[in-house]
Amino acid sequence: MRHTLSVTVENEPGVLSRVAGLFSGRGFNIESLNVGPTLDPGASVMTVTTEGDEQIIEQIVKQLRKLITVIKVVDLTEMKSVLREMILLKVNACDANRAEILRTVDIFRCKVVDVSIDEITIEATGNHEKIEAIIGLLNRFGIKEISRSGMVAMKRSMQG
Amino acid sequence: MELSGAQILLECLKREGVEVVFGFPGGAVIDIYNELPNASFKHVLVRHEQAAIHAADGYARASGKVGCCLVTSGPGATNTVTGIATAYMDSIPVVILTGQVPTPLIGNDAFQEVDIVGITRPCTKHNYLVKDVKNLAHVIRQAFFIARSGRPGPVLVDLPKDVMQTKTEFVWPEDVHMRSYNPNYKPHAGQIRKVAQLIRDAERPLIYAGGGVISSHAHEALTWLAQNLHIPVTATLMGLGCFPGNDKLWLGMLGMHGTYAANMAINNADFVLAVGARFDDRVTGKVSTFAPKATLVHVDIDPTSIQKNVSVHVPLVADCRLALEALKEELEPSLAVYDFEEGHRPWLGKVAAWAKEHPLTYKPSAETIKPQHVVEVLHELTHGDAIIATEVGQNQMWAAQFYKFNKPNAFLSSGGLGTMGYGFPAAIGAQFACPDRMVIDVAGDGSIQMNIQELATSVANKLGIKIVILNNGFLGMVRQWQELFYKRNYCETCMDAQPDFVKLAEAYGAKGFRISKTAELRRVLQEALDTPGTVIVDVLVEREENVYPMVPAGASLTDMLLV
Repeated sequence: MRHTLSVTVENEPGVLSRVAGLFSGRGFNIESLNVGPTLDPGASVMTVTTEGDEQIIEQIVKQLRKLITVIKVVDLTEMKSVLREMILLKVNACDANRAEILRTVDIFRCKVVDVSIDEITIEATGNHEKIEAIIGLLNRFGIKEISRSGMVAMKRSMQG
Repeated sequence: MELSGAQILLECLKREGVEVVFGFPGGAVIDIYNELPNASFKHVLVRHEQAAIHAADGYARASGKVGCCLVTSGPGATNTVTGIATAYMDSIPVVILTGQVPTPLIGNDAFQEVDIVGITRPCTKHNYLVKDVKNLAHVIRQAFFIARSGRPGPVLVDLPKDVMQTKTEFVWPEDVHMRSYNPNYKPHAGQIRKVAQLIRDAERPLIYAGGGVISSHAHEALTWLAQNLHIPVTATLMGLGCFPGNDKLWLGMLGMHGTYAANMAINNADFVLAVGARFDDRVTGKVSTFAPKATLVHVDIDPTSIQKNVSVHVPLVADCRLALEALKEELEPSLAVYDFEEGHRPWLGKVAAWAKEHPLTYKPSAETIKPQHVVEVLHELTHGDAIIATEVGQNQMWAAQFYKFNKPNAFLSSGGLGTMGYGFPAAIGAQFACPDRMVIDVAGDGSIQMNIQELATSVANKLGIKIVILNNGFLGMVRQWQELFYKRNYCETCMDAQPDFVKLAEAYGAKGFRISKTAELRRVLQEALDTPGTVIVDVLVEREENVYPMVPAGASLTDMLLV
């Protein structure tokens, strides 16, 4: 099963390679990884999506907590949370396809951020399923390039 | 007052209580060596950096304190990597100080530059590169704190040359506070009550103890529990000495080369208290058939050890000593109510029968010296009081099986990593920790050659270390596997070109003995032990002797090959 982990770390050199090295060294899989600053300038948050059975996820969480520079690890999959990924897609857009592409953009509430004679660049935001659905639908027109942010996530205020 | 980085480093080591540093100088650490005449501690010059880290590790194991070594950048640093991984696998507290090229040159492929922090990231508990001398005292303080607290381990501090030269005001951080590192020591009271009840209810209980019992000084509490509740004890290689080897409740080591009684007991127990052990594959054999009838309780300070290899019923994350003492407190009143001795009588009878059925043994021989016999005689002559370091392989297993350890911190062996060449430098470290103890390295003719150059260190420091080589002219353990599982294809395991170890000892200024007949074994061994200074005893033993019992890798513990 896919799990999204929010890992708060000390904001210091080498911390990313400690986390990445832990995953590669122990044979765990990183599906996506996003790193960014927090309100505390001394700390950063890494959002890691990974896959594994219960025992593997338990090991990943414990091993992350064992790293000296890791402050906090939360498995957001175990609680109500908001998960979002942003994606930029460059799609082939000839005259025949352009209308259909724009309709898809509308339905998924995406944005067109760049246009040329034969290409449209689209910005989309959503959870994993939505992003996969957009890619699935636009694939038939020919996606020339793709850039994904990796998942960012936050616990919902109301957990009840 | 302003001090240079090198001066601050020495001041910090003094305040951390460092007594001895094992090291080897070089360009990047020359500023530190320049200050050494003023140091509060002794510096021991080794002949290879690998020996510096092993000696620091041996010092830590024998003393229970943090070991420390100092090497230069580049090759000096990389030569310590095997020793760092050795200490990491066995949870030994060591601080490794490495020189580094000046900060402006870092990343430029400078002479003797290597990214040692990057290289050692997966085999240290933590590591640091000090880029600003203002952080130096703070980092050294943290390094020692991290090395010795929680589950101990090696911590490396990389020290650029210019940082050692720069002056700053020295401020000693009075305490260490890290928001991201707070090991949990105290056992959960509810879990303790639960475990105590399981112990009361158990009919066939067993204690399986590991190195954590030794590093947390839990041996007294463990001995109390076993003896008062009449629970038999087995231990891992790392746990040897945590329980008296002459006690009737002692079953010997378990696992691949464990005793028949220990492996049968773990297979039949209805309750197993695993304490400070980590269910290593050399202990469990086939995991799915390990302790199949038992309710498993696992006490360990490291949460990642729990549920990693084996799924346990009751996890208890705590310091082993505090957990066992809490169990003692909880169970002491039960002694008046329960008759544990009577309750466990059938089980203890069964265990004793297994021990009688297949004790640790070997076929004596009039012609050739049996390696097991050598260890037995060593045990006798030293009254079980020596500190025994081992190399890795058959020599290690025979030392573990036939030397009966009664006290902790007396068996120094590379358990997790299995590092050949560990024993002799570790013995050097142990001799500095315990100058008045007899320190013996039980070696093989293969392993000893991996750090033989340390004879110079031992002789130079007038250390009375006795190296007993069980010389079979083979890389014996690999040969044993080839014999048993590879149709005797002894490919590259025969060490037919050997130095004359007696002459070699003499060349270094040590004393050498050779023993080739069983009849002279005891007399010459005694003479060697009585000879002051560093001594090599080259014992020519039966060439194709095997270590038994043996559980083939991946088999169930009950599938033992016996003598």
